[in-house]
Amino acid sequence: MTDQQHLEALTDIKRMMERSSRFISLSGLSGISAGICGLIGAFIANMWLNEYYFRWNTTGVHNHEDFIVLKYRLIVLGFSVLAAALIAGTFFTWRKARKNNLPIWDLTSRKVLINTAIPLAAGGAFIAGLLFNHLEGLIAPTCLVFYGLAIINASKYTLPDVRYLGICEVVLGILNLFYLNYGLYFWAIGFGLLHIIYGTLMWWKYERKGTV
Amino acid sequence: MNPIGNLNKIFESRIRLGVMSVLMVNEEVNFNDLKQMLEVTDGNLASHLNTLEENGYLKVHKGFIGRKTNTTYAITAAGEKAFKGHIAALEHMIKFTK
Repeated sequence: MTDQQHLEALTDIKRMMERSSRFISLSGLSGISAGICGLIGAFIANMWLNEYYFRWNTTGVHNHEDFIVLKYRLIVLGFSVLAAALIAGTFFTWRKARKNNLPIWDLTSRKVLINTAIPLAAGGAFIAGLLFNHLEGLIAPTCLVFYGLAIINASKYTLPDVRYLGICEVVLGILNLFYLNYGLYFWAIGFGLLHIIYGTLMWWKYERKGTV
Repeated sequence: MNPIGNLNKIFESRIRLGVMSVLMVNEEVNFNDLKQMLEVTDGNLASHLNTLEENGYLKVHKGFIGRKTNTTYAITAAGEKAFKGHIAALEHMIKFTK
């Protein structure tokens, strides 16, 4: 073997180790699109909440039925935002993977998914418990904390920068616990603004030049 | 010590080198994932995996997912040692011929 071949072998080893341990196709545009979905969701939720409080203030009596309707509408809205963010996010990541000629569904993307899903499922069950016990005020901070932990967990298998986004989400969630009345604002910052900032930074860092 | 002597003949194949690289950073990988990572055919990969197993560098675990077989591979302590030795030898040679 010649020197050139030795060097090639070492480069090959490094490339295979990286490619099989981290999912690098995660696009910054996915973050931005998820953030926009989050902001639109928060805007609609804010509108509905204002309507609800406006009616309460004008009639002067609390209508329990209104509250139930609001609650279910918000739950449906939450799931719709999640679905929209996932679809948009997957699209941009799929596009980046295709441009770089990498598979979107492989060992690494599966690891990212599983490691995000486990804390998220725990969070989902936890929130179901909160709803059951009529602790609606705790939902926004719980979403943020569990989501943050989920992506910190997944950051081991994708771009390491995701870790910082996760830490910010957790901190924001905990802060929210001390200002419970502002849940929606914290939610909008965490799921909207932070995603947009993170996505823009990632796009700038990894995708600005050439490869999508 | 002669560094060329440390270069492992078994790792001269790019596919075997690839398998070892993937298994160094992943606890356990199944056949299909290895095939996708290395972009090789079934038969080709199977024969290289056999060689590595015969040399005691791989642990093979045959399991099932439902009714489908799911064979997973992991690196052994001997495999890890041999692979690290091979990398060290490669680096050594590059350094000394520069």
